[in-house]
Amino acid sequence: MIYEWLYNITGSSILSMFVVSLLPLFVFILPFALLAVLAERKVSAHMQDRLGPMRVGYHGILQTVADIIKLLQKEDLVPAATDKKLFNFAPLLVFAGSYAVFAAIPFSSIFIGSQIQLGIIYIVAVTGLVVAGILMAGWASNNKYSLLGAMRSAAQIISYEIPTLLIILTIIMITGTLSLYTLSELQTSYFWNWMILGGPATGLQKILYIPLMIIGCLVIYISTLAEVNRTPFDIPEAESELVSGYHTEYSGMKFAMFFLAEYANMFAVSAIVAIIFFGGYQSPFGYLGNAIGLHWLVPIEQFFWFTAKGLFFVFVQMWLRWTLPRFRVDQLMAFCWKYLIPISFVILLLAGLISLI
Amino acid sequence: MRDYFLKFWEGLYTIMIGMKVTFRHLFVPSVTIQYPTVKPQLPERERNRLYVNMDDCIGCDQCSRACPVSCIEIETVKSTPGDDLGKTSNGKKKALWVTKFDIDFAKCCYCELCVPPCPTDCIYMTDVYEFSEFERDSLLYDFATLTQEEREIKKKNFKEFQVKKEAEKAAAAKKAAEAKAAAQKEKPNAKTDKPTDDKKGTD
Repeated sequence: MIYEWLYNITGSSILSMFVVSLLPLFVFILPFALLAVLAERKVSAHMQDRLGPMRVGYHGILQTVADIIKLLQKEDLVPAATDKKLFNFAPLLVFAGSYAVFAAIPFSSIFIGSQIQLGIIYIVAVTGLVVAGILMAGWASNNKYSLLGAMRSAAQIISYEIPTLLIILTIIMITGTLSLYTLSELQTSYFWNWMILGGPATGLQKILYIPLMIIGCLVIYISTLAEVNRTPFDIPEAESELVSGYHTEYSGMKFAMFFLAEYANMFAVSAIVAIIFFGGYQSPFGYLGNAIGLHWLVPIEQFFWFTAKGLFFVFVQMWLRWTLPRFRVDQLMAFCWKYLIPISFVILLLAGLISLI
Repeated sequence: MRDYFLKFWEGLYTIMIGMKVTFRHLFVPSVTIQYPTVKPQLPERERNRLYVNMDDCIGCDQCSRACPVSCIEIETVKSTPGDDLGKTSNGKKKALWVTKFDIDFAKCCYCELCVPPCPTDCIYMTDVYEFSEFERDSLLYDFATLTQEEREIKKKNFKEFQVKKEAEKAAAAKKAAEAKAAAQKEKPNAKTDKPTDDKKGTD
């Protein structure tokens, strides 16, 4: 664990706690957001046979850095008729909600913010802060589009949390653990131990689990996609209907906070899918570090595998975004309540029955 | 029940098709170009900014008359006998000083109607299309090669020449009147009409 290691070096628990809590932000979220915003623009451009940003740096690599500098320089505008306290607090809350998720995500076997036993439930619970923040932003903006976006967002996130939780419940039932670290450790060594291929179960049970897990993975991917308000489900910020939803009135760094939170959420959600179904930080085929006897290499490899899996799912999110048109509000609710929830209930039931074998 | 699953399957299947299409487009070379650095290939007969090669211009005013929006303004001054204006590239003798050849590109509609009438092919379309300006006045292009002073000099020369000629003619007419019948008087009169009109225009 990084915390213990820092504690042994510095001897100060406050300092090491501070460093560990800031590590995911500076090592991961900020660079990821910079890269993901650029990747989003590049992926969208190439999918539409365009080139995307090309001017800043080689093929526009520094575009997002320039954007950040621009956002930092912007005037902090607060419209006159807003509820000032809530208006200023909302972006912080949204970002705090999505940042807190990273506390429980195991980046590698030694890089976990906090090894909570209730990891997965903590993540689901703390994501609720984002809903509160979004509602707050929408209400405080004193703007009908913002409020509509916020209401839609709240309705959507709350509805789609049900299928997510039901699938998570299935996994908890099979593995008997709530800790993401233990869950990752269960899927160790080879890729056939990943939950998508039945997990650590053996024989008939494993074979029966596979189709359930594949459908479950699809369901959780779709519902988490809806939870982070990404495109087929982006009705809360539907540009063509609501200007840009709950962050219409925000500008400068406050807008950047929402943006950062959105991208942090994207990765958090992809990481959850990767941890639950694709072995988290586990390599699909053993470790190079173990093979050549350099054991310190293993955590680094794990970090690589974890980010690779996470980034792959982020890429799929972008891919879906530029493939599918937006849902209508009623379609969105119908899809959740008529399709995802019944299916996840059936999966829960069947998985329970299979686990009795 | 069967419908329900069919719908679900159809949804998934069509999403897969859509994703296949977008993934293929990820590797299709882009159709856009980096404009200011890479210029698009213009069609062969593109119509852009006009250019007037004043070495060949004989000041015939044909282009100005062809222009549907009157964006070309030409003023000419006849040359005095001693002037050497040179020849155009297709061997025509120039007889007029072009003291004003203004094209107002704010008015120009790029119809290319001025190009065919030109007897010496001196007005033509170039491939320049980036000439936006902040002031509308800067879109008024002056093609005349004479400097402002030269123009004045040419005008003055012509006036002086005219005065001289008229004096000569008056003298000649006097002589003629004295010598011959009044019927011959009308001819020089008709001749002098035109230059006086021109003079009014230049004033």
